[in-house]
Amino acid sequence: MSEEHAHIVPYKTFAIVWIGLLILTGITITVAQYDFGAWNVWVALGIAVIKSGLVVAVFMHMKYESRLFKLSLFAALLILAVFIGLNFFDVLYR
Amino acid sequence: MSDHVHKDYTGAKFGMWLFLFTEVLLFGGLFLLYAVYLARYPQEFISAGKELNVWFGGGNTMVLLTSSLFVAISITALRRGAKRLCLGLLSGTIACAVIFMINKYFEWSAKIHHGIYPGSAHLKEMQPGEMVFFNLYYLTTGLHGLHVIIGALLLVWAMFLIKSDRVNADDFVILENAGLYWHLVDLIWIFVFPLYYLILH
Amino acid sequence: MSEVTATASNDRGFFGEGNYPGIFGWIFSTDHKRIGLLYFWSVTIFFCVGVLLGLLLRLELFAPGETIMSAQSYNATFTLHGVIMIFLFIIPGIPAAFGNMIMPIQIGARDVSFPKLNLFSWYLYITGAVLAVTSLFTGGGPPDTGWTFYVPFSAQTSTNVSLAAIAVFILGFSSILTGLNFVTTIHRLRTKGMTWMRIPLFTWSLYATAWIQILATPVIGITVALLFAERVLGTGLFDPSQGGDPIMFQHLFWIYSHPAVYIMVLPGMGVISDIIPVFSRKPAFGYKAIVVSSIAIAFAGSLVWAHHMYTSGMSDMAVMIFSFLTFIVAIPSAIKVFNWLATMYQGSILLDPPLLYALSFILLFTIGGLTGLVLGAAAADVHVHDTYFVVGHFHFVMFGGTGMAFFAAMHYWLPKIYGRMYDKTVATVAWGVIMIGFLILYISMKVVGMQGMPRRYYDYVPEFTGLNQLATVGSWILAVGLILMFVNIFRGIFKGDPVEANPWGGACLEWQIPSPPPTENFGEEDPVVTHGPYDFKKAGIL
Repeated sequence: MSEEHAHIVPYKTFAIVWIGLLILTGITITVAQYDFGAWNVWVALGIAVIKSGLVVAVFMHMKYESRLFKLSLFAALLILAVFIGLNFFDVLYR
Repeated sequence: MSDHVHKDYTGAKFGMWLFLFTEVLLFGGLFLLYAVYLARYPQEFISAGKELNVWFGGGNTMVLLTSSLFVAISITALRRGAKRLCLGLLSGTIACAVIFMINKYFEWSAKIHHGIYPGSAHLKEMQPGEMVFFNLYYLTTGLHGLHVIIGALLLVWAMFLIKSDRVNADDFVILENAGLYWHLVDLIWIFVFPLYYLILH
Repeated sequence: MSEVTATASNDRGFFGEGNYPGIFGWIFSTDHKRIGLLYFWSVTIFFCVGVLLGLLLRLELFAPGETIMSAQSYNATFTLHGVIMIFLFIIPGIPAAFGNMIMPIQIGARDVSFPKLNLFSWYLYITGAVLAVTSLFTGGGPPDTGWTFYVPFSAQTSTNVSLAAIAVFILGFSSILTGLNFVTTIHRLRTKGMTWMRIPLFTWSLYATAWIQILATPVIGITVALLFAERVLGTGLFDPSQGGDPIMFQHLFWIYSHPAVYIMVLPGMGVISDIIPVFSRKPAFGYKAIVVSSIAIAFAGSLVWAHHMYTSGMSDMAVMIFSFLTFIVAIPSAIKVFNWLATMYQGSILLDPPLLYALSFILLFTIGGLTGLVLGAAAADVHVHDTYFVVGHFHFVMFGGTGMAFFAAMHYWLPKIYGRMYDKTVATVAWGVIMIGFLILYISMKVVGMQGMPRRYYDYVPEFTGLNQLATVGSWILAVGLILMFVNIFRGIFKGDPVEANPWGGACLEWQIPSPPPTENFGEEDPVVTHGPYDFKKAGIL
């Protein structure tokens, strides 16, 4: 066992992130009361992306992982975006 | 590497992450359909979304975020040697999972009571876009609920291993991986909640 | 040399004592070589069943009208032929069978990263296979939708599509776990000196394949799960009467199933990339280009799924975009073909059976690939869509590509695994018969397709009789060749002459350990790699 375990994240960091997540949940509920037209779903998704970014980076330790983990995550999300995105050449132009 | 009990901590974690990618892509199919049908039926999605109760969804969001916090802290606790604290936190997570499922049960019951469920006569009188919305809602939250149950069972298993010291401060990758799975359940919900419950209230 | 032969014949390597007695030593074994052989025998059995069904289909088409079976039986037979060949043979064929046997040895590892998970994948495979077979005899009878399970028919037919959908879901899960295992293994368990640019091309192709398995397979999982839900729970997400869109089923289906084409063919390309240098006694030309093209195929293959749907009623914009993207995939495929040819150029070529099958891969895959461009071009596709031209095309790439690569891998690696050699003359004759039968069968299909014969009908107009009979005769020749090949190779691996460690003169790690390999693959010390996989001079071969 020559490999170092990833470093231990202190309780305080987790607690701060948790509070941040709760605040963001409050924000997303609040802004949902306002109508931004076509932007509604993008505002909601934007906040969700920030929240999930926090969960992935801190709760799931991605911030402390090697480049391999980060690149792999990027590849997976890129492919998901491609799968969803390319469909719109059909859906929007039919 | 010549010893047979070779343990690859990073490899085990990497394998778990790869598995999480497959889960993301599995739910990705449902989000893809959501995106396509939202583009096709924007008005119906809004009117159907108003039927969902923000407080059920919002409450469950808080429950899951808190459960994620417990899992995250429990790993730090285990590694610092606080075994009892770790087990307590994991019990808290399981409790959150149970609360989540009870919430879900009441939410679904209310919907079904109003005659809104796949294939129901009431649903078939609705607008096409509303039917799609509710079918998607049941499938997505149903699949997510299934993952809540699996994730909770994984954590229970990890708890047993911690109790018998087979998972401990030096060898904790099983807890870490079970935790990663649990965070994924949380992640999916972070997207489900605004898309289904908050779409223009 | 004689010493090596002696140890090879006396020491049964990993065939020796298992951890459990008899068959349990196999079905409970976590040794990657044993699991690879479990897969090999399973997929080979299903391949033979698939071939039999194919022969029945050809027999029905020997003459117009009902020849040996009714329309309903014909529909069930071609569905079963497709499901077995796709999900039970081609997808797991090379990666799960030969990948498991060879890949860990090639990178100098003692096993894969998750040996128990590896065995579990095989259990899932068998479970899926059993369910697929069960779906024939239960419920409303054998599914009659074709392997594509298109809605609305699949959502409405009374045949047992629901169980088949569960089977596909489980088989997909099995494929995912194999992919996950391989990616982790290749990242984590390479031995000292096995740098990324020294990884044999077969392992590289498995790496690219494994990523597709991980990222695309879940989509077929959710697709068949939604089909199941639509049939059982009535969640009509693809049902227009409930606001759903049947074309979205096709999108989801092909989002997996087009990348799956590369799950099928990339490992085959890897086999060819390993074989060509060995039998040309020359390092692989453009090693890096082949590596990059594998990754490029894996990525670009994920962008082109809707080229199966030009006539489905999707938007013209999508037709144009996907047609354009489709041509991009041709580039990395062509890069590989050019590199193989350049590797052989001025090499000292040994025409042994593995190379012969590899050469037929190059020929048939190139023909198949070029006819694929006809189908990829939207304007041409509209004319030949759903005709026998398409059937001919995908049999050229799948059977002529992956199938031939599977045979090449059998002739190349089974002597290593079993430590015994087959009769090379018979193998060469069998190869010739297979090629003749293959070309007669599938070229006839392409021609009759160009003339307008649609696929998936048990009947046709009398004008097509001649070519159909030619194709059926071709199928018989092909079957004779296959029997000859299998009998010869199985006789060889059980009763043939013992072979030494390196019968072909390969420079990869698998040729540096005894045949059959010992349970732990390598001795006390892990191997240290000091040269590239095709550096025959440094390996002392030349």
